[in-house]
Amino acid sequence: MPSPILELKNVNTYYGMIHAVKGINMEIEKGEIVALIGSNGAGKSTTLNTIAGLLKPKKGEILYNGKPLVHSSAADIVKMGICLSPEGREVFPDLSVQDNLRLGAFTRKDKAKIAADYEKVYSLFPRLAERKTQVAKTLSGGEQQMLAIGRALMSDPKVLLLDEPSLGLSPNLVMLIFDLIKDIKKLGVTILLVEQNAKMALKTADRAYVLETGRITLEGTGKALLTDDNVRKAYLGNI
Amino acid sequence: MILQQIFDGLTLGIVYALIAVGYSLVFGVLRLVNFAHGATYAFGAHIAMVVIVSANFGLFWGFIASVIVTGLMTMLMDRIALRPLRIKKSKGISALITTIGCSYIIQNTLMIVFGSRSKWFPKIFDYGNFNVGGILVKSTQVGIIAVSVALLLALTYVVHKTKIGLAMRAVQQNSKAASLMGIDVNKVVSFTFFLGGASAAVAGTLISGYYQIVNPQMGFVAGLKAFSAAVLGGIGILHGAVFGGLVVGLAESLAAYYIGGGYRDAVAFIILIAVLIFRPNGLFGKKVIEKV
Repeated sequence: MPSPILELKNVNTYYGMIHAVKGINMEIEKGEIVALIGSNGAGKSTTLNTIAGLLKPKKGEILYNGKPLVHSSAADIVKMGICLSPEGREVFPDLSVQDNLRLGAFTRKDKAKIAADYEKVYSLFPRLAERKTQVAKTLSGGEQQMLAIGRALMSDPKVLLLDEPSLGLSPNLVMLIFDLIKDIKKLGVTILLVEQNAKMALKTADRAYVLETGRITLEGTGKALLTDDNVRKAYLGNI
Repeated sequence: MILQQIFDGLTLGIVYALIAVGYSLVFGVLRLVNFAHGATYAFGAHIAMVVIVSANFGLFWGFIASVIVTGLMTMLMDRIALRPLRIKKSKGISALITTIGCSYIIQNTLMIVFGSRSKWFPKIFDYGNFNVGGILVKSTQVGIIAVSVALLLALTYVVHKTKIGLAMRAVQQNSKAASLMGIDVNKVVSFTFFLGGASAAVAGTLISGYYQIVNPQMGFVAGLKAFSAAVLGGIGILHGAVFGGLVVGLAESLAAYYIGGGYRDAVAFIILIAVLIFRPNGLFGKKVIEKV
């Protein structure tokens, strides 16, 4: 088996006084979609924020292509090729769609490739192309989510961290966003996906981890977890 | 006569605008009122005085040295006193008190080094006076307006057309998302302080050349008036700060002439209070929408 592109070893992170992530281990292979599911407050976002360098772990290691990551700044981690599309979208409200995307490519200098990536993002999200010059706060929730993902893609990530991309979207848009996630995978990007919509996440993901109060309690392929009794009871509403 | 007062007021106002922009830039990025800004302005004037009067290098080098040294001084102030507070995520009020402290440290340092007496500063851009349609136009005023307008345009260009300016606007709107884009927020903050310090330095030099006087306390009233100008226009908004500066300058000049010199300083604040009652976010300010 090839070595994983991203590996978490016994990661412990405190969110303020709260021990939010309690020694988790994860391995993410290049090119796969891995989902991290769990209820509110299980530590999913904390895990992503730790990988992205917004939070520093108290203990443990994060390896990216085998190299330790925890001492790098959030800015350096983006440069290395890991980008987080945060929960709640966090687009720049008074900047245009175009400027938001430009900021996604902030650390890059390869002008020709950046230009090509604009086209890539616009063809992935035609709605954004139509709204190029509009300021972000005038977009609908779904469009803002597309912008947040598109902006993250502009950093030319090897690993894309998606935090609750379906949050607050209508069922139609949820389907659309998950389809897009599969399209992004086809571009060769490895994806770590945090979701409360466990059903869609498990259907989309190659593999998944279940997080409960800061600990990983289950892992397996998306399909296996979809049929797991405990998962069904806890997260899929017993369907 | 009213035209004369308007012209004189606008000259003063454009310099207030230059100082006000410094408040606005820093406030925009950090949501912090930098109360050391007035002292920074005095600091800039003193650096220019050293270079122009003591070292006799001329006005151009006076400006350059003042801009660089003052800009670096404000960056250093942020690095030593303010950044540690941000790292510890302390409350906004701590940073505010710190800037007041810094203001006195700068002012006292100037007093210790230069003495507290007022010192002479050469008249700048002195090529005589002209009569334009009944208004007495001093070449000094023309020079002040030209330099200020050029600098304000340059600042606007930096903020709206350059990559670092885009980063500044990004940090202003969402600093967490900015760092997720790979923007080094601390660098952006440092750069913003440099711009603020540099524009205060230019303003300090211009005003010293206008009144031909420099002293360590000169920043106190000028700083407060420029701050009120920034709030008047809507703090954090560049063109608001410029407009506010012009209003304050005009008001001051007209009040001194029509009401009496004693009201000179008060009238800026009377206008400020009046505007805030009707538009709490300033003339160009937008309602801040709480993020959910």
